Amino acid sequence: MLFFSSSLYISMYCLLPDFKLSNAYNFNLTCTKAASIISSRSMDFPSTLFVPSRTMGTYEPIHQIGLWGENFKSIGSPNISPSVIFDVANKLENESETTSHELLAPSSKYDQEASKPFDKIQRRLAQNREAARKSRLRKKAYVQQLENSRLKLIQLEQELERARQQQCLYAGGAIEVGHLGISGALNSGITAFEMEYERWMEEQNKQICDLRSALNAQISDIELHILVESGMSHYLELFRMKSSVAKADVFYVMSGTWKTSAERFFSWIGGFRPSELLKVLVPQIDPLTDHQILEVCNLKQSCQQAEDALSQGMEKLRETVSATLASGQMGQGTYLPQVAMAMEKLEALVNFVNQADHLRKETLQQMSYILTTRQAARGLLALGEYIQRLQALSTVWANRPHGPAKLTVENVR
Amino acid sequence: MEKVMRLVSENGLVIFSKSSCCLCYALKILFQEIGVTPTVHELDQDPEGREMERAVMRLGCNAPLPAVFIGGKLVGSTNEVMSLHLSGGLIPLVRPYQSISN
Repeated sequence: MLFFSSSLYISMYCLLPDFKLSNAYNFNLTCTKAASIISSRSMDFPSTLFVPSRTMGTYEPIHQIGLWGENFKSIGSPNISPSVIFDVANKLENESETTSHELLAPSSKYDQEASKPFDKIQRRLAQNREAARKSRLRKKAYVQQLENSRLKLIQLEQELERARQQQCLYAGGAIEVGHLGISGALNSGITAFEMEYERWMEEQNKQICDLRSALNAQISDIELHILVESGMSHYLELFRMKSSVAKADVFYVMSGTWKTSAERFFSWIGGFRPSELLKVLVPQIDPLTDHQILEVCNLKQSCQQAEDALSQGMEKLRETVSATLASGQMGQGTYLPQVAMAMEKLEALVNFVNQADHLRKETLQQMSYILTTRQAARGLLALGEYIQRLQALSTVWANRPHGPAKLTVENVR
Repeated sequence: MEKVMRLVSENGLVIFSKSSCCLCYALKILFQEIGVTPTVHELDQDPEGREMERAVMRLGCNAPLPAVFIGGKLVGSTNEVMSLHLSGGLIPLVRPYQSISN
């Protein structure tokens, strides 16, 4: 997985129509403020920070580590050492309350000083320089990777040519191609998506941060509404991205390759099952009025019915593709007609993925109608944090000790 | 097109579908789940199917099949039906056509 800094995304964000420079600056500012709080405490902190807390709302995401600590990759990579995490967690046991409080409300001490414009400008300039530097490094790494991929592709094409010349059955050659697989267009569609998704995830985590601060700071409903709207359109953006890459490679979306392993465990037609998410999130939004409870109940039921219908449709699709592929005599080694027919059937998969995403979108939309602004904010925060927990689970799982050892701090090394 | 209009006006709940289409199948299942039995017309099994499909699209159905008509009016394709169901609007709309056992 490629490592992209917030700076690269910020520069790319400029290309998006609804990019707000203020968001990028606020994001950098918040993280820098937080980082300076940590360093000012002159503690023996590594640049990782893991602040455990009992309730969902004050949980510090591990994902932020990738942004504050320069050497850390994003959450999908197995390279984050949980030993560091658990280590720091133990050290922080006594500090967690005050630290999390300060992180959540950095405004207390710093905003007064930061209100001086000169300081702000200096800070922004420094951040910009840093961001530009990181951006150049990222670009270099990316170009290098592209070059490597290009060389690999040439190599593989040569191998294929050799195999063809040896008069293998075309079918055999086709299998080779399948494994290699991919035309340039396909590959670039996926690469583009993966880049966009990393950006999306960073923005997502920033929004979670903002929501958390906002809810703790008791801001007005009007301001909260803006955050909720941002959150909603951010998810819509994800669905647009998924729709685009589904056209390029629907199997990529179905397999959830861009997600972490725990997220994939819950995958249903390329994403979460909306009714499952409702079950997870509704208790976090309590208290609800009786009327709201009824509406949410109905929504959940409608959702489940729609999901069942799509699941059964998918089952039928699998049967159809299987039957098509298995038609005619087997054993002669020639099967192009069956493969061609199955291809046609498989095209319906794109429609199913789109329908599933449509269902997710609609569920989100309906919830936003049923809930008050504050409830919707809590819901979005809970959803974001739930995903972060899944991602954390994936990382820790990937690094778990093998064998019967218990997961204690000592053993995790 | 006459045939389409006739089918749509004679039956309260009509789905224009294709027997090979799995998404159409999913929609039929959904109606089953909410306790209605729509009149399904498989256009791939109708000699006039192509023409009927064009007629349905002219009536305002943007997506490919399935196309759902309730009470003589076009509701839409899978997207529209799903949205309607999630917003709670589908069941009231089909209530007049629910089977007696429900």
